Amino acid sequence: MAYSEKLLDHYENPRNVGSLDKDDPSVGTGLVGAPACGDVMRLQIRVSPEGVIEDARFKTFGCGSAIASSSLATEWIKGKNIDEAATIKNSQIAEELSLPPVKIHCSVLAEDAIKSAIEDYKAKRAARAALNAELPLSSADEAALPASL
Amino acid sequence: MTLKFPIYMDNHATTPLDQRVLAAMLPYFTQDFGNAASRTHAYGWQAEAAVEDARETIADYIGAESGKEIVFTSGATESDNLAIKGVAEYYKGKGNHIITTTIEHKAVLDSCKRLEKEGYSVTYVNAGPDGLISPADIEKAITDKTILVSVMLANNEVGTIQPIAEIGAITRARGVLLHCDAVQGFGKTPFDVRAMNVDLASLTAHKVYGPKGVGALYVRRSKPRVRLVAQMDGGGHERGNRSGTLNVPGIVGFAKAVQIFKQEGVAEADRIRGLRDRLHGKISKELDAVFLNGHPEKRLPGNLNLSFSFVEGEGLMMAIKDVAVSSGSACTSASLEPSYVLRSMGLDEELAHSSIRFGLGRFNTEEEIDYVAELVIAKVKRLRELSPLYEMHQQGIDIKSIQWAAH
Repeated sequence: MAYSEKLLDHYENPRNVGSLDKDDPSVGTGLVGAPACGDVMRLQIRVSPEGVIEDARFKTFGCGSAIASSSLATEWIKGKNIDEAATIKNSQIAEELSLPPVKIHCSVLAEDAIKSAIEDYKAKRAARAALNAELPLSSADEAALPASL
Repeated sequence: MTLKFPIYMDNHATTPLDQRVLAAMLPYFTQDFGNAASRTHAYGWQAEAAVEDARETIADYIGAESGKEIVFTSGATESDNLAIKGVAEYYKGKGNHIITTTIEHKAVLDSCKRLEKEGYSVTYVNAGPDGLISPADIEKAITDKTILVSVMLANNEVGTIQPIAEIGAITRARGVLLHCDAVQGFGKTPFDVRAMNVDLASLTAHKVYGPKGVGALYVRRSKPRVRLVAQMDGGGHERGNRSGTLNVPGIVGFAKAVQIFKQEGVAEADRIRGLRDRLHGKISKELDAVFLNGHPEKRLPGNLNLSFSFVEGEGLMMAIKDVAVSSGSACTSASLEPSYVLRSMGLDEELAHSSIRFGLGRFNTEEEIDYVAELVIAKVKRLRELSPLYEMHQQGIDIKSIQWAAH
């Protein structure tokens, strides 16, 4: 199978490899795929209070297309607002990397990983908001909340 | 010596033609081009003599009684089809049951599937975790309707060598025919149709440094005499078993390839086994969580099938693109299913996706082995740094304890 230069570049020089602290309240983690299916992507985002993705990291178990798709996804979402990032479609990833038809599922997985990381972040924020509503705190107290909450 | 890239380590798929084989074939394209079926002139006689010589060479090498038991075909796929469908059709009055295994080549499995559609019944015996077929399982599957058992000599993916002699003792005692797809094992592990009670055997030239497009089917002529219904109609070549003008240069090349094995096969197997063990040793020394697929001892000398846990096979092949190997990963197949052979051995799907098959052969060198070992070690390490599964493994998280969403 002949792969595009962009795909090979992302595979050989993957961007944003690594991990963020999943317990950090500003971090959202998406873990999609399954080892039995041959691909697992973990995509993490760090979101500013204004809802901007300040950092993104990934690790992927999968073929070259899966690694390249997740690398590209992290590159694209960095600096975007979470709502904007959530609109990224797998077809855009597939097009950018010229994925062959048999590899389209890799781009689907990357889209799922972005959405899943954003949902995780939103769920954390909602849980935190609910907690804050129950126990009204001053903004100074909130700043002092331990990271584990 | 400088290395030539990509380094070829996929000798189970095919082998390069040996120069000596090519030299033997060449005159039969241009000067001695006759049709072996032409009885009226010297061109035909010469071609026929070359073919008859080749028959004897091949027959002798597999322990057959005579060259008359060799039917030349276009390759192993045709030999498997002819053996299975030809026997099934001829013996349908006697029974309609066939036994084979889940790890056979597609040419055997799909021939059996075709017969199932035509009303035959087929039992598919599973391999054990080491890829071995148990003769007792074959025996248990035999019924009074069984006409044929088909088991391969050695598996093409994991290299496991099957106990053909033990299976042959059973089929002979029970009056059932035994077909052996000997394509991968032939030349590389002892194979003797008489000693092993094999009644039909599929062979091909291109796995033994001969040309592509030529194969043979051994068909026993006595004790018992095996009968077939031809699957190709025409001029009645090959004693009516396979019509079609004989591929004389191919057949000559096949015989030359066999002759080389006769002289050098044993020493070559030892040398290749040494290279294989060197590669395995180096990789295992530097990497953890690497698993050998197939039987540790009962395996082809050139076969090394490894699962590199936490790394996906195709991803790894892309990283080692200087080496021509193959993988049991889904991503290398159109079906998106990992290797049916590894799965039927009960291998974890994750490990099936992580498998790489190194197939060493005549022309691999120690220098190549050392280069490939280093490359594989470096790339597996790099891909594990990218792998969320390896990170979990290092943190002591059991990957099986996670509820994964299938997709």
